[in-house]
Amino acid sequence: MLTDLTLAEASAGLAARRFSAAELTEAHLAAIAALNPRLNAYITLAADSARAEAADADAARARGEAGPLAGIPLAIKDLFCTAGLRTTAASRILGNFIPPYESTVTANLRRAGAVFLGKANLDEFAMGSSNMTSAFGPVENPWKPRGDAAAKLVPGGSSGGSAAAVAARLALGATGTDTGGSIRQPASFCGIAGIKPTYGRCSRWGIVAFASSLDQAGPFARTVQDCAMLLGAMAGHDPKDSTSADRPVPDFAAACSRSLRGMRIGIPREYRAPGMSGEIEALWQRGLDWLRAAGAEPVEVSLPHTKYGLATYYIVAPAECSSNLARYDGVRFGLREDGADLTELYERTRAAGFGDEVRRRILIGTYVLSAGYYDAYYLKAQKVRALIHRDFTEAFAKVDALLTPTAPSAAFAQGANMDDPVQMYLNDVFTVPASMAGVPAMSVPAGLDSDGLPLGLQVIGRPFDEETVFAVAAAIEREAGFDAQPAIRAGVAP
Amino acid sequence: MSLDPATVRRIARLARIHLDEAEVPRLQDELNAILGWIEQLNELDVADIAPLTGPAQMALKMREDRVTDGGLREAVLANAPDRAGDFFAVPKVVE
Repeated sequence: MLTDLTLAEASAGLAARRFSAAELTEAHLAAIAALNPRLNAYITLAADSARAEAADADAARARGEAGPLAGIPLAIKDLFCTAGLRTTAASRILGNFIPPYESTVTANLRRAGAVFLGKANLDEFAMGSSNMTSAFGPVENPWKPRGDAAAKLVPGGSSGGSAAAVAARLALGATGTDTGGSIRQPASFCGIAGIKPTYGRCSRWGIVAFASSLDQAGPFARTVQDCAMLLGAMAGHDPKDSTSADRPVPDFAAACSRSLRGMRIGIPREYRAPGMSGEIEALWQRGLDWLRAAGAEPVEVSLPHTKYGLATYYIVAPAECSSNLARYDGVRFGLREDGADLTELYERTRAAGFGDEVRRRILIGTYVLSAGYYDAYYLKAQKVRALIHRDFTEAFAKVDALLTPTAPSAAFAQGANMDDPVQMYLNDVFTVPASMAGVPAMSVPAGLDSDGLPLGLQVIGRPFDEETVFAVAAAIEREAGFDAQPAIRAGVAP
Repeated sequence: MSLDPATVRRIARLARIHLDEAEVPRLQDELNAILGWIEQLNELDVADIAPLTGPAQMALKMREDRVTDGGLREAVLANAPDRAGDFFAVPKVVE
């Protein structure tokens, strides 16, 4: 089936004229029509424009002008503004927002010839680890625990729709954003690959902002190589984002076949947290064995401030979110609830427009930035962030990359952890430190747990050294030989 | 530090989010649980550490001061919940 191809295989098939972009897009639209009513991975479908884009890709190829992703059907996280195509951030407050402009990352993908199938579901404003906070309903993880076809698990979050769509073969790849783990944790939960590149690698322009010093776009795909091809098209300097890095975009896909011989891989001892599941620990050990077999040398390192990463994150991210989300005022765009005066209009609009988790984070952020508490919370968190950053700098003086588990568990049931925000936040314990330091990190599928659910390993690299991250992740992928498939996927729905 | 109901109401007011009185106790509990968990940072002495605002360790670029965009009135107003001619419309403001 065309939907089972990897992105690289589909690209080769299109180049060899074995099938057309129109056929490839139709196959994915048919799979979406069959499975999306159940999985809810897409908030908005773009079938008509996708067909037109596929026809354009076929015409470009006939003229000999096909871009590097010509005719490749993708899911776009509904946090990227797409001109003329509704962009909701999975929030009621943007429920009818039609952007008049295109985000830089999606513009780059369009220029490369990609076809956009639709806008993928997510946690509201990318705040969550389960996709349960979406105003457009939860996403069902296409994986099922062994012997329990009725179980409904979360796909992780925040980019849960993107990850579920790629896992279920409803797209060849997808865009995501990662603020504290929102690409890596859903990739792990859905048995696919996903990379958060270095902060500054991709432009943030036109991405609905959550926490501006942390937000970074990146791709999902079913292979490491496919992620490398997508990131190559997404990345690059953008004058419209002053934090986007003005440096050349390397050939990420070529880096996937680099040898690991002589490479030193750090194992941060602080990630061996008390209470870590035996299965996760065993998988981590297998990962080390694979890397050793590929010629790398494991080295124990220390990231002493790891345990403070999450608490620091839950000051910095809400502070930035409370500032960024001040723009939703019911005046210029988005939802409006009327009030007797302007203040009441603001207060009613924001009460009606934001869900519980977004409201909690805005309130926490407002508090930690408020007069009298700024030094005790926000300034303190920025100082701890400096220590976390220093941990990574010192570790990378000794090693070329780090290997850790991606998440402390496999996918959990929909509705679990909903009563206790702090328990939900603990999902990001292994992903948040790399976000705080701004370094690149990738999740690669490495095995199944005893319930038959996928688990990922995380490779963390030096700033702007995604090439080493891709090389290490590709080696794990080769050694792991992960070929399990989700219970629900295109053509197969029990 | 623990938030009392008055502080919860004050923060909500600062954030311009309306709260029903009935929501205050649950929100107070949730916010206090989060803030209580954050207190673990007090174990660290950071007196001599310079704060890190973000990971982009780069000098901000300068650019030429010239108009690159504009004349997009209809695009800017296209998503307005209410407009009056070429302006966003809001309830009357008299201070």
